[in-house]
Amino acid sequence: MATLDTSRPAAAALFAGLSLRAWKVIGLAAVLAAACVLPFTISSYQLLLANQVIVYAVALLGLNILTGYNGQFSLGHGAFYAIGAYCTAILLDKTGIPYWATIPLAGALCFVAGFLFGLPALRLEGHYLALATFALAVATPQLLKYKDFDFLTGGVQGIVISGPDTPGGLPLRSDQWLYFFCLLWTVPLFVLAWNLLRGRTGRALMAIRDHPLAASSMGIDLARYKSLTFGVSAMYTGIAGALGALLAQFVSPDSFDLFLSIRFLVGIVFGGLASMAGVFFGAIFIEFVPNLADLVSKAAPQAIYGIVLIVCMYLMPTGVMGLLRALGHKLGRLVAR
Amino acid sequence: MSGPAANGAAKPLLGVDGLSVHFGGIVALDNVSFRVEAGQICGLIGPNGAGKTTLFNVLSRLYQADSGTIEFEGKPLLRQARHAIAPLGIGRTFQNLALFRSMTVRDNVMIGGHCRARGGFAANALRLPFVGREERTLGERALRLIETLELGAVADTPVAALPFGTQKRVELARALASEPKLLLLDEPAGGLNHEEVEHLRDLIGSIRDRLGVTVLLVEHHMSLVMNVSDKVVALDFGRKIADGTPQEVQRNPEVIKAYLGGEL
Repeated sequence: MATLDTSRPAAAALFAGLSLRAWKVIGLAAVLAAACVLPFTISSYQLLLANQVIVYAVALLGLNILTGYNGQFSLGHGAFYAIGAYCTAILLDKTGIPYWATIPLAGALCFVAGFLFGLPALRLEGHYLALATFALAVATPQLLKYKDFDFLTGGVQGIVISGPDTPGGLPLRSDQWLYFFCLLWTVPLFVLAWNLLRGRTGRALMAIRDHPLAASSMGIDLARYKSLTFGVSAMYTGIAGALGALLAQFVSPDSFDLFLSIRFLVGIVFGGLASMAGVFFGAIFIEFVPNLADLVSKAAPQAIYGIVLIVCMYLMPTGVMGLLRALGHKLGRLVAR
Repeated sequence: MSGPAANGAAKPLLGVDGLSVHFGGIVALDNVSFRVEAGQICGLIGPNGAGKTTLFNVLSRLYQADSGTIEFEGKPLLRQARHAIAPLGIGRTFQNLALFRSMTVRDNVMIGGHCRARGGFAANALRLPFVGREERTLGERALRLIETLELGAVADTPVAALPFGTQKRVELARALASEPKLLLLDEPAGGLNHEEVEHLRDLIGSIRDRLGVTVLLVEHHMSLVMNVSDKVVALDFGRKIADGTPQEVQRNPEVIKAYLGGEL
């Protein structure tokens, strides 16, 4: 993101007396304020959808750190989402741990899982890594159904859990509370990611993506950075999975099929690779476009989905954020004139 | 300038001894030995395919040596990991450019300083106070180098959008940002016009004189090498054929033969 702010010296140009940076701060504050007001203005069902968008945005941020910023392709991030979701569901089902404490545990488990998966993946580049992660996505639903794990995972049936109640004294419905609970996780996660990506670590991640050999000649330890990035990425997506389980109050193997991983990839490409703001557009896309496609044609929703995707990619080959950046350049030039 | 009195008995900054590299049946370097003293500018010349870039790539640990040793400040270099070379104090540029193309000039130069900072994942994510200080130091140093190399106007432009000659200067700034003791320059004059080469000569001189950096220079531009170097090493077909002052090397019959071909 830091590169965004500074990519054009001419963009120091002012829009209505304020710099681009100031406008971004104002925009961010407005979005946050709107996010806080939102649950009081929409129906429960709409709130559920909004909450799911926020949860997907966290999952997409995880994948974007890995793929967009570090250049490692993953077709298997649905697996980490599933691990996070099942971790929370199993802990709530089998132990007395409070729901809020399951989230960091799910994150820690996914960090370890991602780090360990990243170690052998270090030897794989590009397409080969995509295939290895694809295998992960294919295997996960079957492992979750496997009958020897039944006692934990509930097998094909999955696990039904109850959603969190509003803490005493807060004048909120339980779905409103859950929305704020997700927001309380999402905002710090985005702040941490922003800090991570704007400094030395973020530059190292992007350097590895652009030219691994030169990056190692600059003193960047590729093995360390790539495996830790895999861990951090899986942790974000896993925390999203854990929040998603609280939201759905249900986990089952079939909710975490291969298609979920593909949707995550679609989300980050649609929103814009290596963009933090883009993941929200991506999350909106993957949450709403399937339903819209269903409205257009009950018979062939997938075909409609495919057509929408092709048109979007044709019109915005660098994603929503790429388009917005291009428009920003144009606007900047107009104002400078 | 730093370092001990340059009497011949002291350890050189860089000592290459009996270095050989094979690719399949091809001998890229054949028992090459030479030394570079601290504060020298050492030119490395030879016809195409003589093994100059191979030698650089062995020094940066991109290629494995088959036999021989390299000592840097008395420490064996060939046991180091690839990413440990920059922290030791060896910086380099690449013949065909190896920049981070989607990133800005400023970020490229700041990555050059990566090995002079230490903030890791957790410290960066939490933006601990020392990380902020490190960032400021790196940023200020990058800015000075950007100004020295006249890159100020393009500091926030992605590198891919810049002309070749400018990208070469970015590589030099990036290499200097790692605060090297030894700088390996791989054909810095390649693709530059006459005026730019003149400028480059002064620049290399001032890198040594003002920053105290020892320079090992691979270059085809003979007048540049002979003008700027304190000593010159000549390679041909992977063997060292001459080693001495520019005047000595220019007069060496083997060097003349290698460049002009034929029998003497």
